[in-house]
Amino acid sequence: MPIELKMPALSPTMEEGTLAKWLVKEGDTVQSGDLLAEIETDKATMEFEAIDEGTIAQILVPEGTDNVKVGTVIAVIAGEGEDASTAKAAPAPAAASAPTPEPVRAEPVEAPSSSSATAAKKDGPSPGRDPESGQMDKGERIKASPLARRIAAEKGIDLSAVKGSGPGGRIVKADLEGAPATAAAPAQAAAATPAPAAAPQQAAPFETDIPHTADKLSNMRKTIARRLIEAKQTIPHIYLTVDIQLDRLLKLRGELNAALEPQGVKLSVNDLLIKALAKALVQVPKCNVSFAGDQLISYSRADISVAVSVPAGLITPIIVGADEKSVSKISTEMKELAGRAKEGKLQPHEYQGGTASISNMGMFGISQFDAVINPPQGMIMAIGAGEKRPWIVDDALAIATVMSATGSFDHRAIDGADGAQLMQAFKQIVENPLGLVA
Amino acid sequence: MADTNYDLIVLGSGPGGYVAAIRAAQLGLKTAIVERENLGGICLNWGCIPTKALLRSAEIYHYMQHAKDYGLAAASISADLDAVVKRSRGVAKQLNQGVTHLMKKNKIAVHMGEGKLTAPGKLEVKGEKGSETLTAKHIIVATGARARDLPFAPADGKRIWTYRHAMTPAEMPKKLLVIGSGAIGIEFASFYNDMGAEVTVVEMLDRIVPVEDADVSSFLEKSLKKQGMTILTGAGVEELKATGNGVSAKIKTKDGKVQAGDYSHAIVAIGILPNTEGVGLDTLGVKTTKGHIDTDPYCRTNVKGLWAIGDVTAPPWLAHKASHEGVIAAEAIAQELGNKDVHPHPMDARNIPGCTYCHPQIASVGLTEAKAKEAGHEVKVGNFPFVGNGKAIALGEVEGFVKTVFDAKTGELLGAHMVGAEVTEMIQGYTVGKTAELVEADFMHTVFPHPTISETMHEAVLGAWGRALHI
Repeated sequence: MPIELKMPALSPTMEEGTLAKWLVKEGDTVQSGDLLAEIETDKATMEFEAIDEGTIAQILVPEGTDNVKVGTVIAVIAGEGEDASTAKAAPAPAAASAPTPEPVRAEPVEAPSSSSATAAKKDGPSPGRDPESGQMDKGERIKASPLARRIAAEKGIDLSAVKGSGPGGRIVKADLEGAPATAAAPAQAAAATPAPAAAPQQAAPFETDIPHTADKLSNMRKTIARRLIEAKQTIPHIYLTVDIQLDRLLKLRGELNAALEPQGVKLSVNDLLIKALAKALVQVPKCNVSFAGDQLISYSRADISVAVSVPAGLITPIIVGADEKSVSKISTEMKELAGRAKEGKLQPHEYQGGTASISNMGMFGISQFDAVINPPQGMIMAIGAGEKRPWIVDDALAIATVMSATGSFDHRAIDGADGAQLMQAFKQIVENPLGLVA
Repeated sequence: MADTNYDLIVLGSGPGGYVAAIRAAQLGLKTAIVERENLGGICLNWGCIPTKALLRSAEIYHYMQHAKDYGLAAASISADLDAVVKRSRGVAKQLNQGVTHLMKKNKIAVHMGEGKLTAPGKLEVKGEKGSETLTAKHIIVATGARARDLPFAPADGKRIWTYRHAMTPAEMPKKLLVIGSGAIGIEFASFYNDMGAEVTVVEMLDRIVPVEDADVSSFLEKSLKKQGMTILTGAGVEELKATGNGVSAKIKTKDGKVQAGDYSHAIVAIGILPNTEGVGLDTLGVKTTKGHIDTDPYCRTNVKGLWAIGDVTAPPWLAHKASHEGVIAAEAIAQELGNKDVHPHPMDARNIPGCTYCHPQIASVGLTEAKAKEAGHEVKVGNFPFVGNGKAIALGEVEGFVKTVFDAKTGELLGAHMVGAEVTEMIQGYTVGKTAELVEADFMHTVFPHPTISETMHEAVLGAWGRALHI
């Protein structure tokens, strides 16, 4: 029996992805574990491995196809001893040289492939039925009206994820009209992640006379947009700023780096601040929380998401249990994560989760800023540049290296006084940094 | 004392009300129906059915007059209006008795009298034998509508007629003025024109049958003019007075001139008014728009347990829309009362066909080409004339065409518009397709029987893609 390869959900929030590249072609034999394709998800490019073995009978979604919904059949594998040409689900393309007679056309009852979507887009509906003739989905039929199939193909909606309201549960046009993006999301994915507050709308074509270029949004950019809107529209932010003297921390860093040099470890200020934030969160657990509708989730471990700027946008790899890790361990992990983040090779579990975030713009000379909370987290710490400032020491004016740190807190979950306590603890830890290496 | 507590009371027994009652009874609901006049309502007593009987007589009369075209001879042909009307009344009576029988068969309690809502779930019925109070878990208002009068010239039944008077004329009008060119106006204009009257149609808008596609309007106008009718579009009746032996009218024509004219009779067909007076809607705070009751796609009003269907609600005001809503409402009520096996579907006005039985007939469903473009669709339009159809030529009915409007992107059939012989019997083909959400390929892949006029429907689909075969 032919095996259908479906667009995998490579992360809990993934609803669709770009089939960036096929690493196999039709006719190739694949073993379990072989790399089949590269798939660009909302955050990273991931490799898609074969689980079953057999021959690639047909590739249904060509590489470079965007917005392939999770669950869409992207290829068909013929199992051992099966004729690859008969395993093809859709009418065979002309290239088939197999001596079999005309392939039997399957009942037009299945989710359309995205390749037909592109065809339909180009020429409008062709008079023939071919674009709609679907694949047999392991004996499970999807009931949908011909028009619903057309629209699904046009918009790239996965019909298997749509609930039909027509006779006998048939999917009709109206079922696709509501909110196609969310309606098409597989139920599990929707349950596992907070529902996006505002699904990206199909925007009207942008018109302007000003000379310009128009670039299609990357999946990462779309995700950033969606998450930021969600955060700013649903989370009442409060911002608390403290100035923190850094001299002792810088001195300690110098000493530590000298000592760690033989191990090839070079701590950054940020590595120390990650640890400081983690310790502060453990000290003030009221700020290490998530507001979850009718529940407040309090974490007993501090996993710090660290904002890393990458060419396509921004990603937040996580230092898990940063409160209990040594700074040298944090440093090594961070280097490794940031490196892979820039290559787009992070695994979902490496950037999804976290109990709080840290974002450092000091290297750009930004003295202070307010960051947007990364939901469902309860806070994010925005770190400004350490700079020499006039500083009062024992009632006398002195010069000190000082940075401003601003915590953004989800005010639904965290009261101002609790936020202030966290800022105080953070300041205290940074200004008395020996605790970081204790 | 009889038990007057029901699951459902239907107020009004027109094609909406009596069908709702039957469906409710089928679903096991204890059902009553309240009617003030005739079971079956306007439709089968004073509307759709008796007019079709009249038009059938006119059609046969027309064929007899054209017998020569078919190689036949018919000498001394004449029409007996009284006999034609008598036949029409006989048809209405037969169907009225049919409804009485259906109520009995389905054990639906019939309460004759004027019904009025006095409280949620409570209806007072004033009949000839006095008043009684009925109670029910659910009530459907299906009181229908009536003809709208000209404010300055109310119908008198002698010279100035509504549809109702026009259906039982005491004498054959010689020179008839028809005010309004909607379905009712045009049908009577066509009937009396075929019967030999000199007919003038006045329409305020810039074309006749204005809800239809513009191509249909202009085709029909040419056809009716060819049959001898006078058609004044963009014209309004400013004055209408009954005189001793006729009516005199002042009509402001398109160019702004007022022209006076004398006619033997006038038919006022300028629209309808919902029958909401005395129903007690105010008592319950029922929401209305321009007098018509607001409902959701399952026919719920804003008042819990109160439903409304048919002409008393939003357009289109057609009998088959009312009947269909009756079924939806009855099923939705059964569902609310705990029946888990019914699956009412929401009403979709875009899939309700409309038919006008003038000569030539008109039938349509969905959006006109103009409306489709207005709604932002990129369209593909097919148009196939009857003259390219073998059966139409054989029947001597080459006057007509079929027009289809498809969405160019999705292949959705947005609308279909037909004019010509038998089109009212064919429109259901497109309606089934639209309801099932078929796309152009499905129509193309359907085998249409030969020789039938319905082949023009196939050709009109092919034509939208430049593939028509016989043109």
